[in-house]
Parts: sequence; C-alpha cells; structure tokens
Amino acid sequence: MSATQHAEHKHDHSHGHDDHDHGPPRGFMRWVTTTNHKDIGTLYLVFALVMLFVGGAMALVIRAELFEPGLQFVHPDFFNQMTTIHALIMLFGMIMPAFAGFANWMIPMMIGAPDMALPRLNNWSFWLLPFAAVMLLSTLLMPGGGPASGWTMYPPLVLQTGDAFPFLIFSVHLLGISSIMASINIIVTIMNMRAPGMTLMKMPLFAWTWLITAYLLIGAMPVLAGGVTMLLTDQFFGTSFFQAAGGGDPVLFQHIFWFFGHPEVYIIILPAFGIVSQIIPTFSRKPLFGYDSMVYATAAIGFLSYIVWAHHMFTVGMPLAGEMFFMLSTMLIAIPTGVKIFNWTATMWKGSISFETPMLFAVGFLFMFSIGGFSGLMMALVPVDFQYHDTYFIVAHFHYVLVPGALFAAIGGAYYWLPKWTGHMYDETLGRVHFWLSTIFVNLLFFPQHFLGLAGMPRRIPDYATQFADWNMWSSIGAFGFGFSQLLFVWVVIKCVRGGARATSQVWDEAKGLEWTVPSPAPYHTFQQAPDVK
Amino acid sequence: MAHATAQKYYVPHGTHWPIIGSVALFTLLIGFSVLLNGTSGGEWLMVAGFLMLVFMMFRWFGQVIGESEGGLYNLQVDRSFRMGMGWFIFSEVMFFAVLFGALFYARQLSLPWLGGEGTDPWTNLFLWRGFENEWPSNGPGQIGGHFETMAAWGIPALNTAILLTSGVTLTIAHHALKANHRGKVAFWLACTFILGFIFLGFQAYEYNHAFTELNLTLKSGIYGTTFFMLTGFHGLHVTIGAIMLTVIWLRCLRGHFTPDRHFAFEGVAWYWHFVDVVWLGLFIFVYWL
Repeated sequence: MSATQHAEHKHDHSHGHDDHDHGPPRGFMRWVTTTNHKDIGTLYLVFALVMLFVGGAMALVIRAELFEPGLQFVHPDFFNQMTTIHALIMLFGMIMPAFAGFANWMIPMMIGAPDMALPRLNNWSFWLLPFAAVMLLSTLLMPGGGPASGWTMYPPLVLQTGDAFPFLIFSVHLLGISSIMASINIIVTIMNMRAPGMTLMKMPLFAWTWLITAYLLIGAMPVLAGGVTMLLTDQFFGTSFFQAAGGGDPVLFQHIFWFFGHPEVYIIILPAFGIVSQIIPTFSRKPLFGYDSMVYATAAIGFLSYIVWAHHMFTVGMPLAGEMFFMLSTMLIAIPTGVKIFNWTATMWKGSISFETPMLFAVGFLFMFSIGGFSGLMMALVPVDFQYHDTYFIVAHFHYVLVPGALFAAIGGAYYWLPKWTGHMYDETLGRVHFWLSTIFVNLLFFPQHFLGLAGMPRRIPDYATQFADWNMWSSIGAFGFGFSQLLFVWVVIKCVRGGARATSQVWDEAKGLEWTVPSPAPYHTFQQAPDVK
Repeated sequence: MAHATAQKYYVPHGTHWPIIGSVALFTLLIGFSVLLNGTSGGEWLMVAGFLMLVFMMFRWFGQVIGESEGGLYNLQVDRSFRMGMGWFIFSEVMFFAVLFGALFYARQLSLPWLGGEGTDPWTNLFLWRGFENEWPSNGPGQIGGHFETMAAWGIPALNTAILLTSGVTLTIAHHALKANHRGKVAFWLACTFILGFIFLGFQAYEYNHAFTELNLTLKSGIYGTTFFMLTGFHGLHVTIGAIMLTVIWLRCLRGHFTPDRHFAFEGVAWYWHFVDVVWLGLFIFVYWL
C-alpha cells in the first residue's frame, strides 16, 4: 500500500489545468442538490449524529423505566414502541448512514477517484433517508401508536400494529432502496474508479470492507423488502404467507427476516473493521500485519454471513439437522474474525504506539468487540442458546458488538479523519476525556446485562422481578452517563469545525494512503487528475 | 450522432431530480398508507406522487440521454453504467429469490409439517387433524374455498414461447445495431416490445379467467398467494421492461446509439433477458410442477 506522494497539492497551484475547479454553490440548496461526494458524506454523517440522539433518547426512556422494578414513567405499550423504534433508528438511521458517510468521504480519496461513480444517484441515496425517518417517527403520533412488535417485525404480532403498520413497511422499503442505491454506487466506484496502479490488493482495507459490505447489502436488502411486502399483503390483500390456516407459516417470516438480518450484522460491523484497520497501523507506526489475510477473512465473513441465519431461531422448533448445520456454520465465523483480531494485535506488537483519541477508540473496540464476539460464540451453541434465548444476555451481546464495537469504530474514525475534513485538529484532551467517559459508562451500561440475562431476566419487558433490581439500576446509571457523554463528542466536533490548530496534509506522522497527500481540509474536488500509484 | 469521447470522467454539478424523486415517493407511499388504513383522499396523494415520479424519471433520464448524445461520457462512465445496471439486476434477482423461497418453503416444509410429517406431528394432531399435505393447497383452513389451477400447457406455454421469441428478436436487433442496419434494428425492436405487450395481454386474460371462472384469487391460501405474487411481480417487471424497450425503440428512430456505444440498449436487453429467465422459473415451478 505504498501510495506515492504524488503531488504536494497546495491551494495555489492545484489543478491549474482544470477548467472547472469551482467551489460549492451557496445556501441551503447546495446541500439539497449536491452531487459532491464530500458534501454527501457530510450530510450522511450529520444525519447519523442527529439520529444517534433521537435513538439515544428512546434508549434513555427504556432505561429510565427499567431503573427500578414496577411501572414508573411510561405505558407498557409505549415502552414496546420505544424498543422497536430505537432499534430501527439506530440500525437504519444511525450506524448504517454513519458508515455510508465515511464511505462517501473517504473511498474516492483513498482510491484516487474524482468522485463517486454515479454522483446523482449518490444524492438520491442520501435524500431518501430523511423522508424514511420522518415516515417512521411519525408513527409515534398515530392512532394505536407506533409499531411495538420489536424491530424484527415478527408476525402475527406485528399485524396487530394500528395505523402505523403500512407506514412502518414503506419506511423500510425506502430505507432499503436507499441502501441498495448507495451500495451499487460504492461497488461501481471501487471496481471502476481506482487510479492507475491502485490494484485491488493495494487498496486501503476500509475500501475492501465496504466492497464486501455493499455486496452483502445488495444481496440482503431486497430479501427484507420482499419479506415486509409479504407482511403488507397478508395484512391488507388476504394472502397467506404467514398464516397456517392457508398453508403458510409464521416461521417463514423469521427465516426471511434473518436471511436479511444476519448479513445485516456484518453490514454494520465490516466497515467498523475497515476503520480500525486504518487507525491501528497509523498509531502503531507499522504497516497492517497480514493485509492479504485481512482481505480474505473479510470475504470469508461475507460468504459465511449468508449461511448462518437460523441461529437466531434455535428455539423455534427446527429439525435437528437444521440446528446442527446452523450451529456449526456459526462457529466457523469465529475463524476469520479471530484472524482479524490477531492481525490487529500483531500490528501493534513491537510498534511504537501512541494513544491519540482515534487509537484509544480503536483499542477499546478491539477489547470490547471481542467481549461481544465471545458471547456470540456462546450463543452459537444450540443447547446453551435455549437458555439464553430472549434474555438480557442477548441484549448485552449485541449491544457490545454494536456500541463499543461498531459505534466506537465510527467515533474513532471521526476523530481520525476530522482534521482532514475540517482542516483543524480537534481538542485532544476533550477527545480523551470523551473516550474514557464513554468506555467506563458503556461497560457499566451493558456488562451487568450479562448477569441479568444469565439470571433469567427476559428482554423487551417494562417491569421485572425485584431480584433483578440492583444490576438494572447500575445499567441505567451507565446508560445516562454514556448518553450525556456523547454531548461532549458533539461539542468537540463543533469546536473542531469552527477552529483549532491547523492540520497539515499528513495530519498523523505515519498515516499512509492517498487521502493524506491532499491538503487539509480536503479541497472540494480531489484527484480530478488521477494520481500515480506505485 | 457524433460521439466525441470526453477525456475526463464526467462529474455533474448539482441535480434536483433526486429530491423531486424523494418527495414523489414519499407522497406516493403516504397516499398508499392512508388508503390502506381506509381513509379517503389517499388515492389522490398516490396519483400526485406517481405523476411526480414519472415526471422526475422522464426529465432525469432525458438529461442523461442528452449528456450521453452530447459526448460528455467517456468509456469509463459507460463502464460505470454497465456495472450499475448489472448490480441492480442482481438486487432484482434477490427479490424474486425470496418469493420463490416462500413457494419452496410452503411446498417442502410448511405444508408437510401441517400434514403431520417430520418429527413433530402435534400441530397436525391437535390443530389440523385430518389435513393431508398435497399441492395445490389452500391450507388446512381451506382459505378462499375450492379453486382450480391454471393449466400449464395452455396460455402459459404460449406465453413462454412468446417471451423466448422476444428474447431472440431482441438479439437479432442487437446484432443489427452492431452492424449498423438501422432499419432492421427498429423492426426487430418493435417486434420485441409488441411480443412483450401481447404477453401482458394474455396474462390479463388469464387473471380474469382465474378470478371469474376458477375461483383462484390472491386469497386462495398459499397457492393463490404464491401464484399471484410471483406472476404479479413478474408481470410488473415485464411491463417496465416493455416500456423501456419502447423508449429504446423511439431513441433508435431518432438516430441515437452507435454500433459500438449503446449502453442503454444493452442495459434494457439485460433486463429483458432477466425477466425472461424469471419467467422460465415461474413456468416450471408455478405452472408446471
């Protein structure tokens, strides 16, 4: 991955040969009509940050209600609406758009492309999201309230949703269209827009992980779209997909949902792997250990993600052969994931490590994602999973991979590239404070949930037996601490956008890759003339 | 048409079609939701959203066609369009895969289980005693009442021949375009989309027959469900494909495309062949077996 320092681009002499090196138009319409990958990346990232607080507020409603046993603040049905929409917003409105924002900003710069391959489509991919989010959030105000069946939308429960039902289905359709278009764009960009000499095996790993992610999205999102369409026709047009009386089966929906849902898990975590794979080598001052094996491991995870889905449904009454197959295929995933963990560790081995904020988040990711990975391995075992199923242990597991996993990687990536985006260094002290507050509170929030689950506390309930009171209280304290710590992140970002020490092109002394050869902040158009990569 | 090949990758500066498209889809879907919830007025929102969507597509594609004919696109842009179309078709394949999956699941798993096969006969013994697995079936509840199925070797077989022929005529048109015989291109393209519309006419006749004479509807249990959802979504795709072929035909009449630069033609051709292949799956698994 030796990107040549092709040209010391400076503002004054950059692209003298370009006929239209103009900046962005002014005003609000700039953001609505933009086809620039950096603008669209910013839109995605800002949208994701807003949704982090929308979904986070819902999480705090949940944790406030669970602070002590008994019903305190909200009606149980509203509690269920909160668990449902919190999940949908956090997955489709926050973490996926956040990674799409990173992809938009960084992939063209990493591979030396002038922009995304299909810039108009890129605009549409983003501008469907706010409409889908409004459609989803508006359901909370409708007769019968928002969807309360859990984000998995299992029939027949979901069919009891009130007026919100078609809005839920169609918002999922819009989110799916957006994801598919964004993925097509990312694949085409990577396959067609690389600078001469940027062979696939020289690409930064972030581009590789997104390539596989995009492939997973195009394979999985239409399946979800088909599944929710079946829910819609069952509800309104008299079809029998999920009705036993007509020869269908509600379990069919679970198969369809998780055929989408498990690749979705890797859709969320692979870009996080990519970001961590950029950060760790920079701050270890060593090239990534085992680059090739990282690529192959990513591809292996992508393949395996399609053949493990029924491990989400071990208790549903599958034939034994099915349970065995899905147990074994699930455990196989530990191999490529282990390869990655060991490669990151080996990258740090004997490196001259420094712990700037991005590195802190990356190392935090390494530890805490591993916790979530190991609890996942526990649940892969059929007989053990019978015990864990639908308990707080599951909640603890997937929040460990999503929050100190995916979200920490996203925050680390934001700190890592903020100087490139804004031209200013962020406040390092505040960044570190943000990291330590987040890390302490996130563990206080989720670690006790393992104990609660193992002791038998079911998930998705607003009230619980008094024996679970202590750990729930600690967990809720952690939740509020973690939530409010993120306001510090917003402050750091705003401060960094508005000013701060000037960032150099290189930003970090050992950062490698084409994005570090352009000035900071990156000019509106980069690489209109392809760089040479050796 | 002169196709001066641009040196640089064409990057447009600003576009307002996507936001119009988003508002259009939003309006359309809100209207549909309102209608499904039984409130009046939804249909007008749907019409408004749909018209906006058509307008947006007409103008967006129009702009791209103008840029293409104006020579702004180099070979790399052409490759982007090709790859984009290929991956779009892959997403469509996955959409049909889930519908076929539902059909196979019902026939191979859910109906046999309801009939008491497998290691857990209890569903059958306690809930649906006496139900035997067979195909076609509208389930143990006899949902929708007695129905008859569509015979494979009547209109469906004819429709198979029609679609396969249209694939051949399209290929002839493509070869003619490569050889720059414009008259032949227009003729064989016209044959292709006319065959497509004939197919749709037969499908409409068949649906009418099913509803009025066979008592086969969307509500006829899992058979009616899978039959109409699969053939219905396929029919929708044939409609879209036939409209796209018509547009390509009109563009040919206007002198668009050159023997070696005609992405739109090929993209539509891929789409048409994809629709063709889906039909073969339908004919075999829905009508025949």
